[in-house]
Amino acid sequence: MAAAQIAAPTVNSLPSSVSKVTFGGALRSEFTKIRSVRSTYWALLVMIVLTAGLGAVASYTTTRSHQGPFFDPASWSLGGLVLSQLVIGALGALVITSEYSTGMIRTSLTALPQRGLLVAAKVAVFAAVAFVTGLISSFASFVIGQAIMSSHHTNTTLSHPGVLRAVIGGALFLTVCGLLALGIGLLIRHTAGALTAVAGLLFVLPLLGNLLPHSWQDHVNKWLPTVAGAQIWTAVHPPHSNSASPLGTGGLMFAPWTGFAVFCGYAAIALAAGLILFRERDA
Amino acid sequence: MIEARGLTKRYGGTLAVDNLSFTVEPGKITGFLGPNGAGKTSTMRLILGLDRPTAGTVTVNGKPYRRLAGPMGQVGALLDTKALHGGRSAYHHLLCLAQTNNLPSRRVDEVLALVGLANAARKRCHGFSLGMGQRLGIAAALLGNPRILMFDEPANGLDPEGIVWIRNLMKTLAAEGRTVIVSSHLMSEMENIADHLLVLGGGRLIADCTVEEFIAADSQHSIRVRTPQPEELIRLVAAAGGTAKDDGQGAVVVSGLETGRIWDLAFQNAVRLHELAPVHASLEQAFMELTAASVQFRAAGPDQRVPTEGVS
Repeated sequence: MAAAQIAAPTVNSLPSSVSKVTFGGALRSEFTKIRSVRSTYWALLVMIVLTAGLGAVASYTTTRSHQGPFFDPASWSLGGLVLSQLVIGALGALVITSEYSTGMIRTSLTALPQRGLLVAAKVAVFAAVAFVTGLISSFASFVIGQAIMSSHHTNTTLSHPGVLRAVIGGALFLTVCGLLALGIGLLIRHTAGALTAVAGLLFVLPLLGNLLPHSWQDHVNKWLPTVAGAQIWTAVHPPHSNSASPLGTGGLMFAPWTGFAVFCGYAAIALAAGLILFRERDA
Repeated sequence: MIEARGLTKRYGGTLAVDNLSFTVEPGKITGFLGPNGAGKTSTMRLILGLDRPTAGTVTVNGKPYRRLAGPMGQVGALLDTKALHGGRSAYHHLLCLAQTNNLPSRRVDEVLALVGLANAARKRCHGFSLGMGQRLGIAAALLGNPRILMFDEPANGLDPEGIVWIRNLMKTLAAEGRTVIVSSHLMSEMENIADHLLVLGGGRLIADCTVEEFIAADSQHSIRVRTPQPEELIRLVAAAGGTAKDDGQGAVVVSGLETGRIWDLAFQNAVRLHELAPVHASLEQAFMELTAASVQFRAAGPDQRVPTEGVS
């Protein structure tokens, strides 16, 4: 190391002790990344409007017909989640695939070569952003939906059993949708491919589940990612097969937290597999 | 200090880097020289831990890059100018990089001023020209005030003013005692700035030497002589044990004899000399000869070597 004695750097020296990679620094960096591109704001705005808007339409539709004893006004007002899950899924996938498509990933990894730390920071920052905007989406949908249903006295309130859990659950559901998509983005790396896979997993799979024979639906459908995950934003759980949920999926369902745990399991598998490959692969 | 030992990288069926061993010494400008596809960029990617070596190791200050606690304070790299999100402003691009290494945000403003982008700091990068993108990439490399800087083909696509700016910047950085690694396929560029050369061809290390050694090792020393009596001179040189031939452009090219010996021969035999000049092979010529066997994409057609004289 002969360099030290040749000359001191003249372009603004820095004490070397401050220049260290930390998880806190990685978190701040990822938050800067997500807040400094316009597409984030557009995606989150679309997510909120879509959840509340479609929830309002679904809520209005329930007032057009007679509802049975297992009618679940909370989950109908949250019905927009069926589509807005795709928006948060797209944002989750883009958090990583946009780095690949722009080449930013090489710059990011040069600054922060500890890849596990980079993924952990991305996951944490995205989860926080998704949960906060998810809460806004969820509560807005609930309030609007109940207001529409109140004209027919089919509405519910947050004090009813399971309702507050369902509304907060809507935000949890969106968050985990996004994380599942982030994991898929890590695995696939290409935006178009990742978005197709996310849409297939979140949206198309439950539709296919409905085509199964009824005897199969009871055993298969509850395991589908979004079906399992949707139990957390369902307040009323009938003791038998239910085809009247906003998800439109028949079959026996998991209990709310069990279903959510299954859903989290899928996201964890996608993220873990994505992380393993991310650490191994060339950037 | 950067050390590679048996560094090898295979992408699919292509051997991009083939058993490279070298040491980049601190405080110098080291040039990675080689034709396109020689493995210059791949080697830099391996140094930065972006790609994993198929075999061998490469360390920065004794550690693999991925284990550096504060990488931006040790190495700054400009690999390609388009490695950024175009929707982000120059300021935020640098800020998110600085934050990973806990560098203060004022450092972002400092490097923006240093590269002359202070006025464009808040503009989104996708509107940047190639030169501005290059400056932004250099700003990112300088953020951590690193001791080692790597520039991959920094002059590519720049206008003459930009090339001079980059060249001066590299010289300044080296004068400050930093290690500068610069890759190029432009031999003339290297001749102007590099102290030391690592010449690559087909992924292999062809030469590891100073610029002067590189040229000297391959060029046969020859002397160009202008005289109104070429036939006589050729005969005299041949009799004295040297070789001489008419270069077809009114001069005689002599090799195998020292300059003084030619003067003496001419004086003793009353041969008038109008000019006598040593011919230096250019880096370009030496490079072409050394890498001829390993050039991957070679244009068909006759060899177009142009001897350049009196370069240095």
